[in-house]
Amino acid sequence: MAISVKVMHRPAPETTSYLRAALSGMALTFKHMINPVKVTQQYPEEQTDLSPRWRGTHVMETHADGRPKCVACGLCPTVCPANCIRLVGGEDDQGNRYPIVYEIDEFRCIFCGMCQEVCPVEAIHVGRHFENAEYTRDRFVYDLDRLMEQDHPSTLLWDPSDPSSE
Amino acid sequence: MELQPISGGWALIAMALKNLTIFTMVIIVVAYATLAERRVSAFIQDRRGPNRVGPFGLLQPIADGIKNILKEETLPATASRFFFVLAPILVLIPSLVTFAVIPIAAPLPTPVGVVDMIIADVPIGILYVLAFSSLAVYGVVLGGWASNNKYAFLGGLRASAQMVSYEVALGLSLIAVLMLTGNVTLTEMVWQQQQLGMWYAFPLSLAFILFVISAFAETNRLPFDMAEAESELVTGYHTEYSAMKFSAFMIGEFGHMVTASALMATIFLGGWDLPGTWDNAFWYQGQLIGGFAADGSVILAQPAVWKTLLTFMGFAGKTGFFLLLFIWIRWTLPRFRYDQVMALGWKVLLPTALAYIMLIGGSILVLDEIGVRWGFGYGLALTAISGVSTFAFVFFMDRGRTITGAAAQRSQKVEIKTIPQALAGADPAPAGD
Repeated sequence: MAISVKVMHRPAPETTSYLRAALSGMALTFKHMINPVKVTQQYPEEQTDLSPRWRGTHVMETHADGRPKCVACGLCPTVCPANCIRLVGGEDDQGNRYPIVYEIDEFRCIFCGMCQEVCPVEAIHVGRHFENAEYTRDRFVYDLDRLMEQDHPSTLLWDPSDPSSE
Repeated sequence: MELQPISGGWALIAMALKNLTIFTMVIIVVAYATLAERRVSAFIQDRRGPNRVGPFGLLQPIADGIKNILKEETLPATASRFFFVLAPILVLIPSLVTFAVIPIAAPLPTPVGVVDMIIADVPIGILYVLAFSSLAVYGVVLGGWASNNKYAFLGGLRASAQMVSYEVALGLSLIAVLMLTGNVTLTEMVWQQQQLGMWYAFPLSLAFILFVISAFAETNRLPFDMAEAESELVTGYHTEYSAMKFSAFMIGEFGHMVTASALMATIFLGGWDLPGTWDNAFWYQGQLIGGFAADGSVILAQPAVWKTLLTFMGFAGKTGFFLLLFIWIRWTLPRFRYDQVMALGWKVLLPTALAYIMLIGGSILVLDEIGVRWGFGYGLALTAISGVSTFAFVFFMDRGRTITGAAAQRSQKVEIKTIPQALAGADPAPAGD
């Protein structure tokens, strides 16, 4: 590939005007100063709409009776590239598998969303939410109860037949 | 009732009250100038600026103050402790005490006598201002040197060279004003502008321009902020300062700005004078006069509280205009290169100021010789002379481009050069070894 170089022929300093340029610059800044249209977003009050495919804080879906949908199959800790999911599965007397420990370290998570993609029962989701500030570091390890408490909408998976999510 | 200046115990009380109110006012204006700077810069850049603390962010300076007081004071291990602490004080104090000789409003009548709206109407007036404003350079130099940091030191060095250079142009541009006034007190400058019927910005327009440029350099503001130059010198002379000592430097800088604005308003825009002769007042041979009748007898002034308030608002408006100009220019113009600053000061402003002194001195001499009365006609004649010289100054400074337009737009060509693939792909390193 050929390389293009942009060459600017600047005028010699003897042929330029400082004063005129300065005055027109001040006119420009004055125009912006009195312009009521500002780009600042007043963040906590005005929120940007997140994309339906925004991947943020995780959500664990529950059954109607409040049990987690998770069946402790172990696919999400296996697929997780950041290795941030800790799962200890158990089995009740009817033979149903359920998670005894399910923890996600939100610090280690890279929010790739592969846990949601791989989940066979659509239990774990990444969510459309990002305001998860805390005062201590250990609060960033979300346990099962906390994941079930999250009430923000979960992320829409990418659909190959509808690539731009319309 | 004969109008008498306030005297005795009442004078002491009035003095104490004036000290308190004026310095409190200056400090508050300085605090809000920092807010104004942030807000105006935000507006210029299409942002909103700090608007969270209080309505429209009006409590932001208080929040900043509390933050700066509560922050940890650091003292660099290798710093020279005594001078390191002394420097912010040396910057802060001169910038505030200068305000003492600036009249802020028309004299205020009270039942016990007339109070001049000025802290100290000292006979040396403008000389006091020049003496104290040049003390500020010691603070900057000491701050840079005592920090034992090469960037701070460079900032201090540059600041000292720049402030000393521009002091010359500043003083010389004032000579024309002093010649026209015939006195150095600021109260008399305001009075003479009232008598002339026009503000000195018109009959001494070139001195006005030179003074404004020099004032920008003296206060170390952009486009002459060589002392800070954050993109080159971290932040220059106050790199090593933190918390309240840094804040003292900032208050000093803004205090300088406020004082310079008030000074420019007083010298060139008539101070507290508003258009018309209704507000004229001056102590002349023990009487408060409002002007002279055609036969030379005096007309007594009629001071009133509403006149004092109105003229104070006029003064505040003019000072505010210059403050806005300071901020507006800061967020428009890029910084000059150091040698350009020096060249402008020594090679342009100094000779121009000297030539202008000759011109105005000669004009005053000629006008007095041919018997033009001190008044509006006198002012018009000087306005014409100054207008021509201002035009010539601007024309030669910009080599005539101010009128015809810069060549930049016409001749700026952009050429796209394409390097052939064979050349571009070739290994530039010599082959062989």
